Amino acid sequence: MASNTQLEPVSRRTGQQLGWPGFPSSLSEVTASELGIRRFFGGLPGVDQVGVEGRVAALATRSIKASSKLAALDMAISMVDLTTLEGADTPGKVRALCGKARQPAPLDPDVPSVAAVCVYPDLVEVAKAALTGSSVAVASVAAAFPSGRAELAVKLADVRSAVDAGADEVDMVIDRGAFLAGRYLAVFDEIRAVKEACGQAHLKVILETGELVTYDNVKRSAWLAMLGGADFVKTSTGKVSPAATLPVALVLLEAVRDFDEATGAKVGVKVAGGIRSAKDALRYLVVVKETAGEEWLDPARFRFGASSLLNDLLMQRSKQLTGEYAGPEDFSKE
Amino acid sequence: MSDSRIEVRKTYKLYIGGMFPRSESGRTFVVSDERGAFLANVALASRKDVRDAVAAARRAQSRWAGATAYNRGQVLYRIAEMLEDRRAQFVELVVLSEAVSARIARACVDTAVDRLVWYAGWADKFAQVAGSSNPVAGPYFNFSIPEATGVVAVLAPQASSLLGLVSVVAPAVVTGNAVVVVASELRPLPAVTLAEVLASSDLPGGVVNLLTGRVGELSPVLAAHRDVDAMDLCGAPAALATDLERAAATNVKRVLRPPLAEPDWMELPTPSRMLAFVETKTVWHPIGI
Repeated sequence: MASNTQLEPVSRRTGQQLGWPGFPSSLSEVTASELGIRRFFGGLPGVDQVGVEGRVAALATRSIKASSKLAALDMAISMVDLTTLEGADTPGKVRALCGKARQPAPLDPDVPSVAAVCVYPDLVEVAKAALTGSSVAVASVAAAFPSGRAELAVKLADVRSAVDAGADEVDMVIDRGAFLAGRYLAVFDEIRAVKEACGQAHLKVILETGELVTYDNVKRSAWLAMLGGADFVKTSTGKVSPAATLPVALVLLEAVRDFDEATGAKVGVKVAGGIRSAKDALRYLVVVKETAGEEWLDPARFRFGASSLLNDLLMQRSKQLTGEYAGPEDFSKE
Repeated sequence: MSDSRIEVRKTYKLYIGGMFPRSESGRTFVVSDERGAFLANVALASRKDVRDAVAAARRAQSRWAGATAYNRGQVLYRIAEMLEDRRAQFVELVVLSEAVSARIARACVDTAVDRLVWYAGWADKFAQVAGSSNPVAGPYFNFSIPEATGVVAVLAPQASSLLGLVSVVAPAVVTGNAVVVVASELRPLPAVTLAEVLASSDLPGGVVNLLTGRVGELSPVLAAHRDVDAMDLCGAPAALATDLERAAATNVKRVLRPPLAEPDWMELPTPSRMLAFVETKTVWHPIGI
């Protein structure tokens, strides 16, 4: 396990090289103790709330037209994690969703497949079977989703059941109670343990930013997740309001950019919950490009967790191609 | 004192989803009277305002159709009351817009109020006229019931700016449709003021959406919009009507073709305009259950 660079991120550059004098020379020292984490958090530059909100407001006014818009819509479709996380989910519903994930618009074969289908662990097998032979991955929420309130052993069993059923990606929730109480090491250890339980599966760490109160907390929790070996940091479960917002996405993207500069490890960002319109999705893509850079404009590095967003993307795509406004009845409903 | 007061030059806005937004395009145009004197600035709606209006109508439609017929009738009656309250203002606007005498304008406004009351009365009666209980050879009750078509795009009459508008909007709305109306291009003032009446009556936001602007620019977008279920071409320019019908066919919209000439709106209508935008649902119900 120790050879896994994701598990043991190492700082490639010194604080001087990074222009960040307080950056520790050894990241393993940071996570060795509660005190180490606290010291590291103390050295993390604070988030300028007004600046962040001003910057996203400015970026959100950018207008994308014509062929660029079409390309952006296709890119957004390929980044969707088509999600159904309801108590009422049935195998039939999941199979229908998988059909849609493979081919979002059956009448137009040029529409790309989505990135993944996201379900509860007990439905992973169904989704996996329905997606055989396609490029669409199966993601499963786990670790006492959505509250994150269970014993570690229970969470790990949850994760293992998802991985054993064939999940390619695991979306875990962090223990927000522990984080807000300042028990950072407990949160870190949990992420690390879940990462080990994931094995080959990619780990997305849900920070539930709507419950973290401040942007500084968002930034800290993102660093905690990245140090713990997350392949993705994800904003929300979708069960709490506010869910994903542009400023939070900007803070996360800055965090993964800084982490990449410091360690060379590229962590993805997934925004989930509350993104319903294609216009919103394009705004996120602008923020991604302007913050983390074009390397993140890739389904391997950036995802939208959504369900109704896909139909709006398809409608706008059809508008862009035909010049006529499409109706919601033109596309299958989840 | 009164000489030094600065004149308030009103800029009217659109009416979409119960709100009064500016046109997304930021454009306005000047409305003048017959002699070319300035009357007001009015929003010049764009393609994207059509999009927003259709979305607002779609959001509002199912709840409006789901309201009881009695309730829809009450709301229409309330609109008539509010219109009656602002009678003097509307008479003045009709005089300015249509260059008619005050006597004719008063008759127009009064008839518009009467028309609303007349259609309000139909709310819980049109189903008896258009519906039926059908004899079938089997142990079933068989009913046919008219239901609202959905979102109806209405091109309002060009000449009769108030009475004509009320005469095409009320019948579409009373049966449970939500409408997107393009007001008379050259005489939009009574329409935008009517929107203020609608906003202060109990009509849920989005049931009537009113756009002002160029009919030639807005109507093709509405005709091709796949989330519009029906279209009333009453105020369509003759040169455009066939193209609009063709575009409307792409998602099989129900189309009410334009009249050869604008009808005399003072005449008492028949229920035909109400029944143009309803769909018949037939239900088979086993006897004894």
